[in-house]
Amino acid sequence: MNGAAVRPWAAVRRTVAYKEIVKALWRANPISKQILGICSSLAVTVQLETALVMSLALTGVTAGSSLAVSLLRRAIPRNIRIIVQVAVIATLVILADEILKAFLFDVSKQLSVFVGLIITNCIVLGRSEAYALNHPPGPAFLDGLANGLGYSSVLMGVAFFRELLGSGKLFGVAVIPEAFYRAGYVNNGLLVLAPGAFIMIGLFVWLEHALLEKK
Amino acid sequence: MENLISIALNSVFVGNILLSYFLGMCSFLAVSRNLATAAGLGVAVVFVMALTTPVNWLIYHGLLAPGALAWAGLPGANLSFLKLILFIAQIAAIVQVIEMVIDRYSPALYTALGVYLPLITVNCAILGASLFMVERNYTFAETLVYGTGSGVGWCLAILAMAAIQKKLRYASVPRGLQGFGISMITTGLIAIGFMLFAGISL
Repeated sequence: MNGAAVRPWAAVRRTVAYKEIVKALWRANPISKQILGICSSLAVTVQLETALVMSLALTGVTAGSSLAVSLLRRAIPRNIRIIVQVAVIATLVILADEILKAFLFDVSKQLSVFVGLIITNCIVLGRSEAYALNHPPGPAFLDGLANGLGYSSVLMGVAFFRELLGSGKLFGVAVIPEAFYRAGYVNNGLLVLAPGAFIMIGLFVWLEHALLEKK
Repeated sequence: MENLISIALNSVFVGNILLSYFLGMCSFLAVSRNLATAAGLGVAVVFVMALTTPVNWLIYHGLLAPGALAWAGLPGANLSFLKLILFIAQIAAIVQVIEMVIDRYSPALYTALGVYLPLITVNCAILGASLFMVERNYTFAETLVYGTGSGVGWCLAILAMAAIQKKLRYASVPRGLQGFGISMITTGLIAIGFMLFAGISL
């Protein structure tokens, strides 16, 4: 078929990085499979914009903390490893928070306390405890990145539907035509509220399970 | 006084830290399978929250807030960016101290709560309450009420969830929805229930 165009993609598919990322996006997704880090994933998904910023912040912190913990892994005493890891994560989160305040002030106001709460996001501590502590820096960084992306995929998916159905917009731009509203279409206000997020994630997980089972 | 009552009611019901701010979900989902353990964790959270939020208030307003270091001759200092790391360290320390105190004076309570206490350090509801307290500029009395109220609200939510999970065992849930999926949808329905309290005005 169109072999020449597919070949570079096939080479990418054989790399470790690709496999790690696909695993974290799909079979071992941190949110829907490992049930980690749901706390923050719900609150920021009313709009795509906040979800995107949150995803970037979390992916950065997870990758960074996995890398740092992995570099320090021989120096960290076993007994106090949790507190060392929390200190590393908290430092990175402070950095992320200050960067957001400096460059994306409006979004950082909307995210309010949820950037700070990345510290207690189980994905970050979970990856550094389960993987980075006994693996070299390269794979650890990749593992953190892959899990960050897995988290982001669910976040963006939920935010897409919540913003589209809840307020008829995508990234703040109205996408549902005026004619629909005149014909009697109404935005589903429930999806903007807290319960909408819970139900949306439940349905999302259902879809994912159904797709995986078919495979 | 009215202000305090309204903060208390708001933090327990309408602004429930779990159901409307989504905090503390991880342990909520992990521990809600059994009513007795859920009650144990709930009580521990109320206790820790009622203690850590006011202590964090003292730390923030005594050391970190802009101008708080005026007594040390540094009126221009603003250390508020350090709040994340100091709050989490303080929570970890208090949980550790509580664990030791309970172990020393009430071994029965210790065996009941023992496993859950360390888990609480990474419960985002605890850190979240402290951060909300800063963001909303609560006074000390308000913080005390808010911290306790949030803990009680979380405890109520996990008890409701555990009781529902118990009944859910006999329901025939579609295959793909079993486990995590149905828990989330149930939580959504509980959240709708709690939202009804928003209609009550004092």
